[in-house]
Amino acid sequence: MIDAEQLTKRYGEKTAVDGLGFTVRPGTVTGFLGPNGAGKSTTMRMIVGLDAPTSGSVTVNGQRYAHHRAPLQEVGALLEAKSVHPGRSARNHLRALALTHGIPRRRVDEVVEQAGLGSVAKKRAGAFSLGMGQRLGIAAALLGDPQTVMLDEPVNGLDPEGVRWIRNLLTSLAAEGRTVFVSSHLMSEVSLVADHLIIVGRGRLLADTTVRDLVREAGGDSVKVATADPTRLRDVLAGPGVEITGRIGSEELQVTGVSAREIGLKAAEHGIPLFELTSKAVSLEEAFMELTRDAVEYHGSTTGTETSRSAA
Amino acid sequence: MSTLTATPETPETAPAAQGRPAYRVTGRRVLSSEWAKLWSLRSTWITLGLGLVFLVAFGVIAASHYKSGLGSGRPAERDFANATAVSLSLFGTNFAQLALGVLGVLVTAGEYSTGMIRSTMAAVPRRLPVLWSKAAVYGLVALVVATVGAFGAFLVGSRIVSGTPAAVSLGHAGVVRSLLGAGLYLGLVAVIGAALGALLRSVAGGISVLVAALMLVPGLVSLLPSSWQGDISPYLPSRAGQSVFALTHDSTTLSPGAGLLVFLGWTVLALAGAAYRLLRSDV
Repeated sequence: MIDAEQLTKRYGEKTAVDGLGFTVRPGTVTGFLGPNGAGKSTTMRMIVGLDAPTSGSVTVNGQRYAHHRAPLQEVGALLEAKSVHPGRSARNHLRALALTHGIPRRRVDEVVEQAGLGSVAKKRAGAFSLGMGQRLGIAAALLGDPQTVMLDEPVNGLDPEGVRWIRNLLTSLAAEGRTVFVSSHLMSEVSLVADHLIIVGRGRLLADTTVRDLVREAGGDSVKVATADPTRLRDVLAGPGVEITGRIGSEELQVTGVSAREIGLKAAEHGIPLFELTSKAVSLEEAFMELTRDAVEYHGSTTGTETSRSAA
Repeated sequence: MSTLTATPETPETAPAAQGRPAYRVTGRRVLSSEWAKLWSLRSTWITLGLGLVFLVAFGVIAASHYKSGLGSGRPAERDFANATAVSLSLFGTNFAQLALGVLGVLVTAGEYSTGMIRSTMAAVPRRLPVLWSKAAVYGLVALVVATVGAFGAFLVGSRIVSGTPAAVSLGHAGVVRSLLGAGLYLGLVAVIGAALGALLRSVAGGISVLVAALMLVPGLVSLLPSSWQGDISPYLPSRAGQSVFALTHDSTTLSPGAGLLVFLGWTVLALAGAAYRLLRSDV
């Protein structure tokens, strides 16, 4: 359980996190989404007490992180991939962290195996690939058998097998009743594992919602129908949970709550001719882009005009 | 929190409630973690070895040089005019303090440059125990290594200069105190290095300030009017430290006890600065 209230972090003039408030609950995977520079990493650092909030507060399982007797048992965090001394072996790194809490050697071996680091545990961490480094970070996060697992961009640098491993790990941790909080700037990654979404942009909360609600609000899974008799088709399709919109005088209708197949069948049943019947699934990605468009820190330009002008 | 509420949940939905090991961060555990961290890096072994070699080798070289200078009938060089077996064999402290001080900087600043500090501070979010543990663990290790080195250098060095005017034996008044003082001085240099590393959070910055404080500042002070020099100079870290292990003292130096107190004062100052920054700034 993570509780943020009016959490704010300023670095000089720049406000990285701006009055953020949210709750991350146990038993589900919560995705923490936002474009680069939205304040996700800063928020996560504040959760584990590495950065002090300028104002506001954040607690973990009812207490500030630093006030817990065994912090690693409350929150296991993967922050940036580089939180390891490259000269130390993976096992010695984990061992040093375990010693601060009196975590037995057996548990170190367990997480080494769990993270698939068995064969390289004695190698210096500096020689690790990005993916291996990421696995070591995750092993460290799991070390204290924590109630809350918090991972910042965990799939960065992982191969497809590693990505699948992370997904399974996250869902199984949540199924065990733990709080799982995962950040990403890619909706496509998060939507596969997360039920709940906290979306931020420029340090502010944009949405605290579920994957399903987000799609619905973005007008997802609608069907576009064109017919000669929109008024009759409206009557035929009307029902609970069905929403139909369309401009007066237009042949086109936007229908949500009924599948294209059902619409076609009903129209045929009532002898209403259709000219067009298109399922229009708004992807989560689109919904996310729509939501964060104004909050994107660095817009990339894809227009060619700039280059052609400078070339001339 | 959940251990107190007897919820009828199954173990699957409440992993935290039942059979959860009671881990806890304690001062002793942080110490043991820092101990393990120190020895699991190759740089520790190399730098400590280097410190030991500097201490013994330069002491032996200085003693041999003195002996050969006498043998060849040259008039005693100015540096060696008041030489004793102690001052000759501790000639290497100047070099050993660099090795040990630099390792001290690496112990703390190295965590910032590599990012390890984030893991460390996430495990011990109260932070200060980490600083105290690093200072204690590494200070003690440096103390032991330096003391061994000082006695080793003296045993060899005093044999070389036996029968010369510089000869003193281990039983001679103040010799053991000087050798222990050298170990203590180098142990404290190591702690100062660790404190500077934590204060500046940069390996290069920490080493620069350390070298400046121990080696450059005395030279700068010698540019001051001589009336000031006499007042300031004995209290500088390097001069105060040297009086801890010098066998002979005169009016321009502090007594070993006073020198130790002043040098301890510098150490505490550096540690206090490091503690302040550690608590006040983000990791």
